[in-house]
Amino acid sequence: MSGAAAANGGAARGHDDPYRLGHGQATRQRQPAAEHADGSLLSKRIIVGYGFWIFLLSDIIMFSAFFATYAVLSDATAGGPSGHELFDLSNTAIETACLLLSSFTCGVASIGARLHRGVWFYGAMAVTFVLGATFIGLEAHEFAGLVARGAGPTRSAFLSAFFTLVGCHGLHVSAGLLWLLTMMAQVFAKGYRPDILRRMLCFSLFWHTLDIIWVALFTVVYLMGAGQ
Amino acid sequence: MLGKLSWQAIPFDQPIPLVAAALVGVVIIAVLAWVVLKGHLPYLWQEWITSVDHKRIGIMYTLLALVMLLRGFTDAIMMRSQQALAFRSDGYLPPEHYDQIFSAHGTLMIFFVAMPFVIGLMNFVVPLQLGVRDVAFPTLNSVGFWLTATGALLVNLSLVIGEFARTGWLPYPPLSELTYSPGVGVDYYLWSLEISGVGTLLSGINLVTTILKMHAPGMTYLRMPMFCWTALASNLLIVAAFPILTATLAMLLLDRYLGFHFFTNTAGGNVMMFMNLIWAWGHPEVYILVLPAFGVFSEVISTFSGKPLFGYRSMVMATMAICILSFTVWLHHFFTMGAGADVNAIFGIASMIIAVPTGVKVFNWLFTMYGGRVVFSASILWSLGFMVTFLIGGMTGVLLAVPPADFVLHNSLFLVAHFHNVIIGGVLFGGFAGYNFWFPKAFGFRLHEGLGKAAFWCWIIGFYLAFMPLYVLGLMGMTRRMQHYDVAAWRPWLLIAAGGAAVILAGIMLQIAQLAVSIRHRNELRDATGDPWNGRSLEWATASPPPDFNFAVLPHVEGEDAYWDIKQRAREQLRLGDEPHYDEIEMPRNSPTGFICAFFATFGGFALIWQIWWLAILAGVGAFATFVVFAWRDRVEYIIPAAEVARIDRANRTARSAALTQIEAAS
Repeated sequence: MSGAAAANGGAARGHDDPYRLGHGQATRQRQPAAEHADGSLLSKRIIVGYGFWIFLLSDIIMFSAFFATYAVLSDATAGGPSGHELFDLSNTAIETACLLLSSFTCGVASIGARLHRGVWFYGAMAVTFVLGATFIGLEAHEFAGLVARGAGPTRSAFLSAFFTLVGCHGLHVSAGLLWLLTMMAQVFAKGYRPDILRRMLCFSLFWHTLDIIWVALFTVVYLMGAGQ
Repeated sequence: MLGKLSWQAIPFDQPIPLVAAALVGVVIIAVLAWVVLKGHLPYLWQEWITSVDHKRIGIMYTLLALVMLLRGFTDAIMMRSQQALAFRSDGYLPPEHYDQIFSAHGTLMIFFVAMPFVIGLMNFVVPLQLGVRDVAFPTLNSVGFWLTATGALLVNLSLVIGEFARTGWLPYPPLSELTYSPGVGVDYYLWSLEISGVGTLLSGINLVTTILKMHAPGMTYLRMPMFCWTALASNLLIVAAFPILTATLAMLLLDRYLGFHFFTNTAGGNVMMFMNLIWAWGHPEVYILVLPAFGVFSEVISTFSGKPLFGYRSMVMATMAICILSFTVWLHHFFTMGAGADVNAIFGIASMIIAVPTGVKVFNWLFTMYGGRVVFSASILWSLGFMVTFLIGGMTGVLLAVPPADFVLHNSLFLVAHFHNVIIGGVLFGGFAGYNFWFPKAFGFRLHEGLGKAAFWCWIIGFYLAFMPLYVLGLMGMTRRMQHYDVAAWRPWLLIAAGGAAVILAGIMLQIAQLAVSIRHRNELRDATGDPWNGRSLEWATASPPPDFNFAVLPHVEGEDAYWDIKQRAREQLRLGDEPHYDEIEMPRNSPTGFICAFFATFGGFALIWQIWWLAILAGVGAFATFVVFAWRDRVEYIIPAAEVARIDRANRTARSAALTQIEAAS
């Protein structure tokens, strides 16, 4: 329908101006573009999800700045310990397992929410929380151990970059845990309203993104660092 | 209890900031008193402060920019007069104060004048041009605006409580590290920009989503007005570049607050990494500012030439090319780093390549005017002034992009002249063109044309007088940011530059007069139809000012220049289209979330600057609580009944029919 309307418009145009160079569509009509035009009719779910994706991309760019910084400074140990001496891969493996599993349980919670199944939603969210909190606990333990060994962030530029990059991810996970609890409280108080489900969609996107960043992080920081 | 804050933070021994602050304080108190005593407070709260209407938010952004322009310009006048006086003497500004002034000038002009000006115009215009009723995330939009206002407030607070950075508008380490800048000045800078940067990012996400996902029926991407395309490119750049700024400033904060070693001279820190990171944001930032201005000129030139934009598709291509290329040139800000001839050559050539799409744009504007009947309104004067001025600025930019030339010219007044040449001639002139062009759409009456043109002439003459001498001074070897000097040959040029600043001051006075006179004579300047300039895009299809819902019925778009087609048809048939069927409309309810959030951000930022930790924690909890309260809302929209929509739209249709009858009678 909109394609036909556009074709009419093309014929009716151009009577007032001879210089229509570069205005290609008077002769060319493209069906897919015309269909796209009813964008205002897109559902809120699509618009909210899209906007949140844009936010996540910006967040990934912020991480990329920290990654780049880490890459530049990873050799700047200033006579202090290097990653090879500090990193404990078994601890990192448990952290990774926690986070990857939590992504799975977060997916289960999403399905539970979509199907309005309380047991699955609350149960899976609770497991996600426990896994996320375990991850944070392990990370905090690792950080505390490093500081106790005199390898805190003020020791060298390498350790500054390490604590900032890993800590920034940790802060994101902590914020995610706060969001997770708020999300559960909201579903409890308001039920599975469409706007609540949209927020749940955003939460799960956020949680999975933290997983993706962690994969990059444990590769670039821990695996490459320990293998030096 | 109060961290580093004590009575010593108030500069009792420095009369200039104290008097200035007292003056500003009196003005603010007078305005507040007037608002409260006249009983305008409920109106202000309900209709503006809590508004989530993109038009209102756009207007508030623009207002913030214009007010901050006055502050930033005051700094400029002080610098020019200081340099005019400080020949073999100390002038009237001591070095520590002068350093704060040039730092505050740059910070304010970029972050709190240029940014809110273009974001304000985009917020106001883009949904109207796309033919939709609102942006994608109305409340987020309000949060973004109020966080920007928080940043501006904190920078201005540094005038009386403590000090501002003395490091220039970009706080280069190691000078900005705690060792060399132990005061709170750099902290004011960092926290203001972290907070307002979040606001800008939110605004960018909102507008990208709006432009890519919300359109009137038939409004395909390649039918969007040029301003929407440039807004898209600009906001994509915001989303891609501002996180880098946030991360970079966060690293400097960690260095300063917790003793990290990102940019320190010791323990392996890398100073040049700061330059790389900050300019990886900073160069795209230049295009974030100037691309929307390009969009304004495209709209203004095509409207006042009575012709469609020449080479629309090439313009789209050029815009998106600039959007991508802007990320490939950052190193030209520090050719002297020592990256080597090959690296410098690559970045030099990349910088010159950006001039190509920009040149495409200039030719398109020229060809748009060619053969058109150009109406010389104030807006098009700004556009013509831009084309000449920006061309000169662009050419000196290409000059600076040649590494050997840059080695001679970098850090000199030649550079200062160059970037003022492109930012005033590009961004600010674009802002003013848009301000004159869309003012009637926002308020329902036009601005006084005569005073607008007079202001333009003062600005452009003042600009050339103020900045052309700086090119000469740069070639004579004068470096930037000098508090005093003893080279006699520089003096005449600095006197001319100071005179230029005075002429610009006259231009600003005329702009204030233009606004005041226009408000007094608003009835003669009234825009009854909503289409005062014989416009071409959809914002002119609705009333001025537009109703809350923008369009009673979403327009059906059938080509580029969507409104021109509708209007042409009406003129040929000598009647408007049939009255549409009106439905009730759902609109988002206003919300104080943005304002309250900014309230907590202001206290939080202040607390972090002065290291008042309990207050910072309290503010964080408050901000989170605000979001929870917002998330717990049950009614998020209100309904405008169909009868009300019909009443509002019929009033505008009546005005348009009357205008059509006049055309008929005239022909």
